[in-house]
Order: sequence, then structure tokens, then C-alpha cells
Amino acid sequence: MGEAAIELAGVHKEFAVHGERVQAVRRLDLTVAQGEFFSLLGPSGCGKTTTMRMIAGFEEPTGGTVRLDGQDVTGVAPHKRDVNMVFQSYALFPHLTAYENVAFGLERKRVARGEIRKRVGEMLDIVSLTGMDKRAPRELSGGQQQRVALARALVNRPRALLLDEPLGALDLKLRQQMQTELKRIQREVGITFVYVTHDQGEALTMSDRIAVMRAGAIEQLGPPRAIYERPVTRFVAGFIGTSNIIDGTVERVDDGVAVLTYGPGERVLVPTTAAAGTALEVSVRPEKIDLSREQPAGTGCSMLSGVVKDVVYHGTSTNYTVTTAAGPDLVVFDQNARDAEDLAGPGDRVHLTWSPQHSYPIGVS
Amino acid sequence: MRLLRAYTWLVVAWLTLPIVVMIAFGFNDTPGRYNQTWDGFTLKWYGRVFALDDLTRALWISLGIALASMLLAGALGTGIGYALGRFRFRGSGVVNLLMFATMSSPELVMGASLLTLFVSAGVGLGPVTITIAHVMFSISFVAVVVRARVLTLDRSLEEAAADLGASPWTTFWRVTFPLILPAVGSGMLLAFALSIDDFVVTNFTAGTTTTFPLWIWGATRIGLPPQVNVMGTLIFLVGVLIAVVGSVRARRQ
Ligand SMILES: Nc1ncnc2c1ncn2[C@@H]1O[C@H](COP(=O)(O)OP(=O)(O)OP(=O)(O)O)[C@@H](O)[C@H]1O
Ligand SMILES: [Mg+2]
Repeated sequence: MGEAAIELAGVHKEFAVHGERVQAVRRLDLTVAQGEFFSLLGPSGCGKTTTMRMIAGFEEPTGGTVRLDGQDVTGVAPHKRDVNMVFQSYALFPHLTAYENVAFGLERKRVARGEIRKRVGEMLDIVSLTGMDKRAPRELSGGQQQRVALARALVNRPRALLLDEPLGALDLKLRQQMQTELKRIQREVGITFVYVTHDQGEALTMSDRIAVMRAGAIEQLGPPRAIYERPVTRFVAGFIGTSNIIDGTVERVDDGVAVLTYGPGERVLVPTTAAAGTALEVSVRPEKIDLSREQPAGTGCSMLSGVVKDVVYHGTSTNYTVTTAAGPDLVVFDQNARDAEDLAGPGDRVHLTWSPQHSYPIGVS
Repeated sequence: MRLLRAYTWLVVAWLTLPIVVMIAFGFNDTPGRYNQTWDGFTLKWYGRVFALDDLTRALWISLGIALASMLLAGALGTGIGYALGRFRFRGSGVVNLLMFATMSSPELVMGASLLTLFVSAGVGLGPVTITIAHVMFSISFVAVVVRARVLTLDRSLEEAAADLGASPWTTFWRVTFPLILPAVGSGMLLAFALSIDDFVVTNFTAGTTTTFPLWIWGATRIGLPPQVNVMGTLIFLVGVLIAVVGSVRARRQ
């Protein structure tokens, strides 16, 4: 990791709402590296926007320190901070043209006229808005407005760009197109991005690292793969993608692999250091589980049998819901790569297997 | 539906009839000072509109006061309206209440108290005291109109300006002001209109100064000359012009 572009140390934020104190953000420690694409992900009201606004300077933290490039900026007014924000509502100036919107920041910095013209022109090219410079915001489509907002921020070459759900208002197709575009622009200009979203798919595909937030605190922080493959809490497992959670007690430990049993031949294997007798919650992703109607021969695997409750065809995959002895129904995704027909139908008896490394013990929270 | 249409036309007639009468009698070929019976059509009053010196002087005084109080009330009212719409501060609730209180308090009472105030402060009555009085009761109207606009203004626009490096001062003049300008404009027109035809408060605070409405009031006892109708018509036309220009620009926005 390179030099830290943004650092939050013990930052918290309280709001007074009708005399009551609301903890919007609690003791947040966070470091975003130079040039990193960093995402804040979490459910509505978990404090993503508040965190972002504290970095931009619109909200003063109740406690803690905000540093930009190593410099303490706590208490510094927003217009004196070298970060730019793309607002969820775009906040384009309705009385100015696209060109004037993009030029606004450079004019404030008293950049020379010719230089402004050159840089704004380049920026409009980068966001594919060539020739739209004389349009007023209301004469642009949602996606075009979004790109003007992006250009308006990027043209200032800020240390970091803060994006608060910038794609929230766009339809799916445009959204995907803009995701690719954003990623390309970020790579081209090499600016640090802090990206707020509550779309987990978006966070997974675009980010270098993700912080999953819950109720004002970071629940897990790491690269997308780690967040997805190894969720550390039940909340993260449930929030990112679909997860099966299996409860059980460690019966014995063989070679660093705990065995949880649910009847004859019914077992779940979990790599863990937990001792025998410990209660565990185990997470398994639905696509890791193999489903078949024949009794599998494998030995070093987790094995559960059950009855299919539900089959849902999803195009690229088919989802099965299976009732087993291990507690709540398990969900299994089967890629429709080869199978012309469903592996099983409702009421069929099936066997589920998956290798031990796909089971993770998760913390209780 | 038919009833509604009839009703609408009735209201329109009610609103326009006095104006039609005013305009018509500006073209009345009346021989004497009594401009109350129709004596045929003429344009001569338009040619002699400024023939009565004291009436002309009264009109200019009224226009001057209206202009001054429009500008002053515009500036001060915009400041208050912006502050009330944007910030919650100690006493903002009281100021809000005060705005509506001044708008609804009876003019007679307001005029009488202002007179007491000026006299006890030893201020000589004249155009200045009239202007002070007019600004006083116009501010609330400007402030209320501006405040309403500021409340609908997306907060994030000003944040975006600050984010792009604009100081609070620059943000106000480059972003906020252009966006609330239509409201400031209508508030100022309101202030102008309130001032130009104010009689009650002016009567208390004028001293020996004669404004347009005060002159007309004085003249009614001996009969109104047609020049009054002509001036009224011209003022009305300017008002209509401003309204038309305003709505055309609003539609183009
Ligand atoms: N100005 C404010 N005054 C009072 N409470 C606030 C204020 N701003 C935010 N909050 C509260 O702080 C908490 C976090 O809000 P925040 O806007 O940061 O959530 P978020 O994660 O951005 O949610 P969303 O995904 O819905 O945008 C919420 O409970 C919210 O009600
Ligand atoms: Mg938010």
C-alpha cells in the first residue's frame, strides 16, 4: 500500500435529533491509500454519507481526526480542502451550462482562461460529452448529467474524489456502462476514489478494497475477494451476496479441521482452531455446494442430505432450496453450464457436498 | 363546468372593470374639472399629461420614494429572507413571527406609531421619513418571498460550490443569488407597488410633502383632473409590461 491519501482516526459523529443524540458514526479508523478505489458499503442509514461528508468538510466530527495527505484538516472549511465530491443528486448548477459547471472549480482557483478552456475541453472528452458544452443541465439525460458532475469534480485534479452513490439514479444498463467508465477514468487519471454504494455487486466489481459498515462502525475491511469469500460476521455474510449459515457444535478436531455432525453420515467440516465442544456458526456460499441425486463417494468433504423444497431458474444458474438436518434451509446455486435439465425437482432426495475450505466459521454479532 | 366558467368570467370582470373605467376616462373629452360623465373621445390629456405642475411633482416624489424603498427593502429583505431560509439561529423564530406581524398589523396603527416615533426622535418629516416607513413595511414582503424560495433551494448546490473551492461570499453571489433572483425580483416589485400607492402610512409620515396618492386625495374634493387617469393608466401599463416580461422569461427558463 502506498502513502495514505485519507486517514480517519477515531472519528465519530453525533447528531442531536429532537434533543436525542444519534450516533451516526462511531470510532472509525480508516486509511485510504493513494490511487486506491475504496468503497464504503452498507445498508441505508449506516453512516456512509456522514463519513463522506466529514472527509469533504461538510460535517465536523464530534471527535477524532481527519487527515488528507498526512495533514490534519479537522475543522478546515470545505472550500479549503483538496478533495472533490460527486453528489448523489449531482447538484449541477442549473443556471450554468455544462461547460460553466465544469469550469467552476478552476475559476475559483484563478487558473488562466486559456488553460481552463483546454482542461475543460479535455475533461468533457474523457467523459464522452464532446460538443455538449453549451447545454444546460436540464437539457441533458440522467447519465450525461452524472458525467458532467464527474467532470466538474475531476477537472480540478483533486487529491481524492468522493462519490456518494453516483449511479443510484440510473437504470441498470446505464449503470453498468458507467461502472466500466468510472473504473477506466479512475485508472487513467490515477486519483483516489472513495465510493459510497449500497449495491454490493457494484462494490465487488469496482473496488480495490471495501469497508462494510453497519450502524456507524466498520464491520469488515478488505479486498472484495476476502470480503466475499471470508466474511467475518453473520452480518457481512448476509449483506454481501447470499450465504448459508449453519449452526453446530464441534464434535472433534482432526488435523485442524473441526467436524460438526448432524446424524449418521451427515457432517460439516470446518478448518478452525476451535476446540471440541465449541459452538460455531459456519458460512457456506451457495455456489460452492455440489448437488446430486446419487450418494457421493467422497470422504474429505462436508456432506449433508436433504429434500428439495424449491427450484428457481435464473438464466445463468438454477437455485435450489434444500431442507437438511443441519437447521435452516440451505440454498444451492448450480451453474447452467452443461445441464440441459434441472438436477432435481421439488420433493427429490439429494446429497450436498463441498470441500472443507469453503466453510468458514464466522463471529457472532 | 359551465358554472365554473361563468364564475371565472365574473371574477375577471370584477377585477378589470375599475381599471377599464380608469383607462376610459383618461380619454374623456371633459370640459371642466368634473371627470365623471362621458363627453366623447380625445387624446388631448395624453399631450397635457404633465400640465399640472404640482401633480407632476407629486408623481416624481412618489416614483423616487418607491424606487428608493424598493431598492432598500430589496437589499435588506433579501438578507433577512436568506438568513431565515438557510440558518436556524437564536431568535430566528421570533424574526419569522415579526415578519408576519408587520404584514398583518393595521396600517393606521403603524402610521400613528411611526409618527410618534419620528416626532419624539426629533426627525423632520419629509421624503426621508416616508421612505423609512415604506421600507419598514415592505421588508417583510421581500423577506417572506425570498425565504420561501431559499427553502426550496437544494442545499447541495451551495455545498457543491464550497466543495469546488468557492468561499461563502463567492458561493452566495455565483450560485445562491442567481437562483433566488426571480424571488428577489418579485419581492422588489411588490415593495415598489406597495410604496407607490400607499396612502395611510404616508399621510402620517409625510409632513408637508405631497406624494401622488396624497395629491389625489386632496384633489378629490374639488374634482379629479383627467391627468390622474392618464398617469394611472401609464403606471398600470408599466406594471403589465413587467409582468409579461417576467412570465416570458420564466417560461424560457
Ligand atoms: N443532519 C442530520 N441530522 C440528524 N441525523 C442525521 C443527519 N444526517 C444523518 N443523520 C443520521 O445519521 C445516520 C447515518 O446517516 P447517513 O446519511 O450517513 O446514512 P447512509 O449510510 O448514507 O444511508 P443511505 O444509504 O440511506 O444514504 C442515520 O441514522 C441518519 O438518520
Ligand atoms: Mg447516504
